[in-house]
Amino acid sequence: MDGFWIILSGTLIAISCGLLGAYLVLRKMAMVGDAISHAVLPGIVLAYLFSGSRETIPMLIGAAVLGVLTTVLIELFYKQARLQIDASIGITFTWLFAIGIILISVFAGQVDLDQDCVLYGEIAYVPLDLWFTASGINLGPRTVWIAATLLLLILTFIYFGRRGLFITTFNEEYAKALGLNVAFWHYALMGSVSLTTVVSFESVGAILVVAFLIVPPATAYLITTSLKPMLWLTAFFGFLSSLGGYFLAVWINGSIAGAMATVAGIFFLCVWIFSLIKQKQASIPFRA
Amino acid sequence: MNDKTAIEAHNLTVSYNRRPVLWNVDFELPAGQVIGIIGPNGSGKTTLLKAIMDLVKKSSGYVKLFEQDLEEVRERISYVPQRESVDWDFPASVMDVVLMGRYRKNKLLKRLSKADRDLAAEALEKVNMLEYSNRQISQLSGGQQQRVFIARSLAQGADLYIMDEPFVGVDAATEEAIMLLMQEMKKEGKTVVVVHHDLQTAKLYFDWIVLLNTRLVASGPKDQIFNEALLQEAYGGKLNVLSKVGELIKEKDFPVREK
Ligand SMILES: Nc1ncnc2c1ncn2[C@@H]1O[C@H](COP(=O)(O)OP(=O)(O)O)[C@@H](O)[C@H]1O
Ligand SMILES: [Mg+2]
Repeated sequence: MDGFWIILSGTLIAISCGLLGAYLVLRKMAMVGDAISHAVLPGIVLAYLFSGSRETIPMLIGAAVLGVLTTVLIELFYKQARLQIDASIGITFTWLFAIGIILISVFAGQVDLDQDCVLYGEIAYVPLDLWFTASGINLGPRTVWIAATLLLLILTFIYFGRRGLFITTFNEEYAKALGLNVAFWHYALMGSVSLTTVVSFESVGAILVVAFLIVPPATAYLITTSLKPMLWLTAFFGFLSSLGGYFLAVWINGSIAGAMATVAGIFFLCVWIFSLIKQKQASIPFRA
Repeated sequence: MNDKTAIEAHNLTVSYNRRPVLWNVDFELPAGQVIGIIGPNGSGKTTLLKAIMDLVKKSSGYVKLFEQDLEEVRERISYVPQRESVDWDFPASVMDVVLMGRYRKNKLLKRLSKADRDLAAEALEKVNMLEYSNRQISQLSGGQQQRVFIARSLAQGADLYIMDEPFVGVDAATEEAIMLLMQEMKKEGKTVVVVHHDLQTAKLYFDWIVLLNTRLVASGPKDQIFNEALLQEAYGGKLNVLSKVGELIKEKDFPVREK
C-alpha cells in the first residue's frame, strides 16, 4: 500500500508540474522552476521569524509570495533592463537565495531551520502523514489529497486557458495586437508555477519538482507535432517516471525521488535516440 | 465604410534607450490602397508598425486609425509580424496558427465556433495552403510559413492589414501570390500597408509609398516619390544601394508583369 501512495502522489505531482512545464519549455523559460526552488528561501525564513513557529501554512505563504516575486523580478530584468532571459533568471534566484542565507546566518540563534527538512519534503514519507476524519476514519496520506487538489486546479486552468496560453506562448506580439491581456496570461502561468513548485516541494522534495517540470515535457516535445498530444504525452511520461522510479528505488534500495528523476532522464534519452533514428530513416529516401 | 484616411501619424517619436529610431514622423495614409513603407535596414520600419499597433512606447506623438484610437477600431486592424519573430519549431499545426486570427479578448475562454473554423479555412484557401491544414508548421518552407501568417491575418476579417516584410525569404511563386492577393484585397476595399526594402519591386507593388529613414523622407503616390533626390535622401550613404538607385531612375519604364 505504501508503494501505491508514493506512486500516486508522484504521478499527481508529475502531471501538475509537467503540464505547466510544457509551457515553460516552449517559452524557453524552463529554468524558472529551478529559480523558484532556490528563491523561496528568504520567504520561508521570514515566515518563520514572523510566525515564530514551524507551521507549514505560514511558510507556504512566505514561499509563495517569494515565488511570485521571483517571476516578477525575472520579467522586470528581461523587459526593462533587457537582459537575456537566462541571465535575468540567474541573477534573480542567486540574489534571493543569497538573501535567504544571510537571513539564516544573521538570525542563526533564533532560526532552527534546515530548509531541507522544513519545506523540502521527501516523497518516501508520504505514506506516514495520514489524514483522519474526526471520527477516526483513515482518509489516506495528506499529500495525496493536496496533490490531487493541485492537479484539479492546474487542469482547470490549462483547459479553460488553453487558447490564451497557446497564443501568448507562440506569438506574444500578435496576441497583444489582437488586444489580449498578455500580462495576465504570463502572470497566471507564473503564479501557477509558483504555487505548484512550492506545494510540491513540501510533498516530494526539490529535485523531483524541478525534474518533473522540465524532463517529461522536454521528452514529449521531441516526438510531438502539436500541443495537445504534447501535453498528454507529458502526463504519460510523468506517470511512467513515478512508476518506474519507485520500483527502481525498491530494487536498488535507494532514494525514491532520485530514482524517479533518474527514470525520467532515462526516458528522455531513449526517446531522443528513437527520434534521431526516425529522422535518419526519414532522410534516407532523399539521399538515395 | 467610407473612411478616407487609414492611418494618421502625428509627430511620432520612438526611442530605444533614449536613442530615437523614429523622429517626428508625420503622415496620412489613404484608405483603400496598397501602401509600401520603404527604407534601408534599421531605418525604423518595424518600429513604426509596432508604434502603430501600440506594441512599443511612444516618446511623443499619436497615431489614429480610421480617425480613431486603436482601442476603438482594433477589430478592423490586423497585424502580420515579421516571420522570424516566432519559433517555427513550435508544436502547432497550420490550422492551429490560422485559428488564432479568430481569438477575441472577451470570448477567449469559449470554444471557437464552426463559423470561426470556416473563416480560417477560407483564409487558407486564399493563400493556397488549405491542403496543408494539418501539417506541423516546422515542416513548411519560408514561403509557406509566410502564407500561414497572412492567412491568420485574413481570418481576422479586418479592413486594414499591416504586414512586416512579407516578401523576405519567400520563393518567387509566393511573392507573386502575395502580390496578387494584395491587389485582390484592394479591390474589396481593404487597405494594405507593407514594409518592404526592395526598391526594384516597390514601384510595381504599391500605389502609395512612404520613404523612411528614422525621419520621414517622403510620403505620397508612387510617381511623386520615385525621384533621385528623395531616394538618395532615404538611402544616402549606402553606396551599393545608391548605385542601384541610379539604375532604377534611369530605367524610365518599369517592366510591367504580364498577367
Ligand atoms: N527592442 C529594441 N531595443 C533596442 N533597439 C532596437 C530594438 N528594436 C530595434 N532596435 C533598433 O532600432 C533601429 C530600428 O529598428 P527597426 O525598426 O527594426 O528597423 P527596420 O525594421 O527598418 O530594419 C535599429 O537600429 C535597431 O537596432
Ligand atoms: Mg524590420
